[in-house]
Amino acid sequence: MANILEIKEVSKRYGSKVAVDAVSLEIPQGRIFGLLGPNGAGKTSLIRMITTITRPDEGTILLNGEPLHANHPRQIGYLPEERGLYKKMKVGEHLIYLGQLKGLSKKGAEDAARHWLEKLDLMDRWDQAVETLSKGLQQQVQFVATVIHEPSLLILDEPFSGLDPVNTNRLKAEIRQLHEAGTSIIFSTHRMEQVEEICEHIALINAGQNVLNGRVSEIREQYKENHFQLSYEGELPSNFTENFTVVSQQNQEVTIAVPEQLTGNQLLRTLLNKGVQIRAFNEVLPSLNEIFIRIVGEAKPVQTD
Amino acid sequence: MQQLRLIIKREYWTRVRRRSFIIATLITPLAFGLFVVIVNYILQYKSDEVIRIAVVDQGELFSGGIADEENIFFKQLDVDLETVQENFSEFDYHGILVTPPAGSVQQQKYTAKYYTDQKLTLELEPVLIDRLKSALRKHKIEELELDEKTLSALNSQVDIKPTPVTPEAVVGTSLAGKIAAVIGMVMAFLMYTTVFIYGMMVMRSVMEEKTNRIVEVMISSVRPFPLMLGKIIGVGFVGLTQITAWAILVPLMLIGVNLFFGFEVGATNLPEAPPELNGMNPELLANQIMTELGSFNWWLILPLFLLYFLGGYFMYAALFAAVGSAMSDDLGESQSLTIPITIPVILAFYITIAAIQSPNSGLAVWASMFPLFSPIVMPARLPFDPPWWQVASSILLLVLACMALVWLSGRIYRVGILLYGKKVSLLEMGRWIFRK
Repeated sequence: MANILEIKEVSKRYGSKVAVDAVSLEIPQGRIFGLLGPNGAGKTSLIRMITTITRPDEGTILLNGEPLHANHPRQIGYLPEERGLYKKMKVGEHLIYLGQLKGLSKKGAEDAARHWLEKLDLMDRWDQAVETLSKGLQQQVQFVATVIHEPSLLILDEPFSGLDPVNTNRLKAEIRQLHEAGTSIIFSTHRMEQVEEICEHIALINAGQNVLNGRVSEIREQYKENHFQLSYEGELPSNFTENFTVVSQQNQEVTIAVPEQLTGNQLLRTLLNKGVQIRAFNEVLPSLNEIFIRIVGEAKPVQTD
Repeated sequence: MQQLRLIIKREYWTRVRRRSFIIATLITPLAFGLFVVIVNYILQYKSDEVIRIAVVDQGELFSGGIADEENIFFKQLDVDLETVQENFSEFDYHGILVTPPAGSVQQQKYTAKYYTDQKLTLELEPVLIDRLKSALRKHKIEELELDEKTLSALNSQVDIKPTPVTPEAVVGTSLAGKIAAVIGMVMAFLMYTTVFIYGMMVMRSVMEEKTNRIVEVMISSVRPFPLMLGKIIGVGFVGLTQITAWAILVPLMLIGVNLFFGFEVGATNLPEAPPELNGMNPELLANQIMTELGSFNWWLILPLFLLYFLGGYFMYAALFAAVGSAMSDDLGESQSLTIPITIPVILAFYITIAAIQSPNSGLAVWASMFPLFSPIVMPARLPFDPPWWQVASSILLLVLACMALVWLSGRIYRVGILLYGKKVSLLEMGRWIFRK
C-alpha cells in the first residue's frame, strides 16, 4: 500500500522546549488517519510542518515520495483548529480568493465555490459578508475553503469543535464522501469517540513522541486484557472462578479476566461444564479512550468538551 | 508572484471599497475647506465691544486730538483727574488715561497712568501705547527742530541679492530660500503623517488577521513573507490613492471656497508672512513666487521625494507589521511595542525643523544619511540643492536599510503571527529573527 505521507525522524524545538521529538509516521494513501494526543502534545506542531508552515529542525517529510517543497501546499487542504475568515469579505469572493491562492484559475475557483455552496445549500449567501453569517455557517464556508482546490491530502484539526450535532453530522457526511472519492485525510483530535467512528489508522502523540500507531482494530487487539463479558440466567456457581478473576459483576452480567496462558474457549468450556445458563458471551476490547488514558496516564484526564 | 499579486489586490480593494475609506477621503478636503472658512472668519472678526476712554492730558501731548479706533473712542476732558474720578461711575468710561509731561528730549522712558477698574485687554494696551508713542515722537521732533523728511532719510531699505559665482549655480532671489523652507517643511510633514497613518494601518491589519485566526488559514497556502509584503504594498497603494485624491480635492475645495466666500485663501495658509513681504503688491508677490517655484529643479525633487516616500513607507510599514504580528489580543499592554518605532519618526521631524534653518549643518547632513531619519529629513533638504554625493549615499543607505528591515520584519512576522496569548518583549522578537 502506497503512503501519501512519510514522516521520518522529524523534530521541532521552540527555544528549549521540544515540541516534536523524532516522530516517524507513515500515512497510507486514501485512508482516514487519526492523529491523537492530549492538548499540547505536539499535534499542531507536526501538522504545521506537514503544511510547510514551519520547517522541521531535523528529519524529512515526504509527500507522495518527494521532499516537501513550495508547491506542495497546493495538494494539501488544511483546516486549522484556530480558524477564521476575513469578516468583511463576501462569501463568494472569499472562496474565490482562497482558491486562487491555492493555484486555481479565477474561473476554476469560482466554479468550485459555486459547486460546493450549491451542495451545502448556501448559494443564496454568495453576496453576503462573512460576518453576517451564523457561526455554524461560517464553519461550513471555512470547510469549503479547505477543500475547494480538491487536495489529495486533507488535514482537519479538531474539525467538529464548536459545531452543533446537526452541522457535525453534515460535516462527517462530507468527510466520508471525500474519503470515498479517494482523498487521504488526517484527522487530528483528542476526542476518541470520533476517532473510533471515523478513522481506520491512528497515531498517538504524547509529549512530542509517537507512542503508538497502527490500525485501530490491531491496536485494540494489542491492548486487550483478555477480558470477557458474560450475560447469564439464574445463579452463578460459587466455584467457577478457580482459574479466572472476576473484574466486575452486576445485574446478571460479569466481566471475567482470563490469564494469558488460557483462552476464552477454556473459560467458556469451564462455564458450560459448571452448568451456567449463558445468554451472551463476548470478548471485551478496550476502547481507544481507555488505551489513550492508559498510555497518557491518569494524571492528565482526557478532555471531552 | 501570482500569489503576491492576489494578496496586493485583495488588500487594496477591500480597503478602498470600505465606506470608512470613502468617507475619510471625501470628508478630509471638506473639513479642510471648512477650516479655512472658519479661520478666515475669525481673522476678519472685529471686536464689537465699544470702549470709551477719558483722557486727562496733563502733559499736553494730544493737542492735535486723538485718533479713534473702530471700537475704541477717546475723549479729551478739560477737567482735572479728581473730578473725573469722582464722577467716574456716572460716565460709561472704561478708564482714564492720564498723561504726565513729556520731560526732556533725552528721556526715553515715559510712564502714563491708566485709571480703571477692569483689566487691560490685549486689544487695548497696544492702542494706548501706539497713541502715546506717536504723540511723544511728534513732540520730540518739534523740540529738536527736525523735519520728517530728514528723519525718514535715516531709514534704509536693505536687500540681499544672491548672485551665483559659477554661472551654472542656481541661487534664485532671497525669496527662494524661504520658499525652499516652506516646501521642505510641507514635504517632511507629508512624509511624517503618511508614515504614521498607513504604517498604523498595516499594523492594525496584521493584528486583525491574527485575532481573527485567518492568518493560520492563509499561511497554509502562502508563505508568511509574501503575505506581509502583499499587505504592505496593498496598503501603500491605498495610501497613494488617498493622497492623490486629496491632492486633487483639496485645491479644488480651496478654489471653491475662494470663489464662494470671496477671500484670499493664501492669507490663511501663510499666517506669518515674512515682514518684508508686507506692503508688497500681492499680485507682484504671487508672480515672484511662481517664478521662484519654477527655478527649483522639480524634475529631480519630485522623483526623489517619491523614492524617499517609498523607502520610508516600506521601512516603517515593515516595522509596524513586525510589531503587529507580535501583539497579543490585548491591545492596551501591547501598545508599548510601537513606541520604539514612533520615536525615530518624531525625532526625524524635529531634526527636520532644525535642518530647514541650516540645511548643511552637521546634524542635517548626518540625519539625512541615517536611514530611519533620511526619508523625512532629506526631502526637506532637497529644495536647498544638497551636494549630489550626499543624496546618492543617503538613497543607497536607505535602499539597503529598507531591504534589511523588510527582511528582518518578515522573520519576526512569520513567528509572531502563529503565537497566541503571550506577551512578547522586544528581546524575544529579536530572537525570532534567528529562529530556523
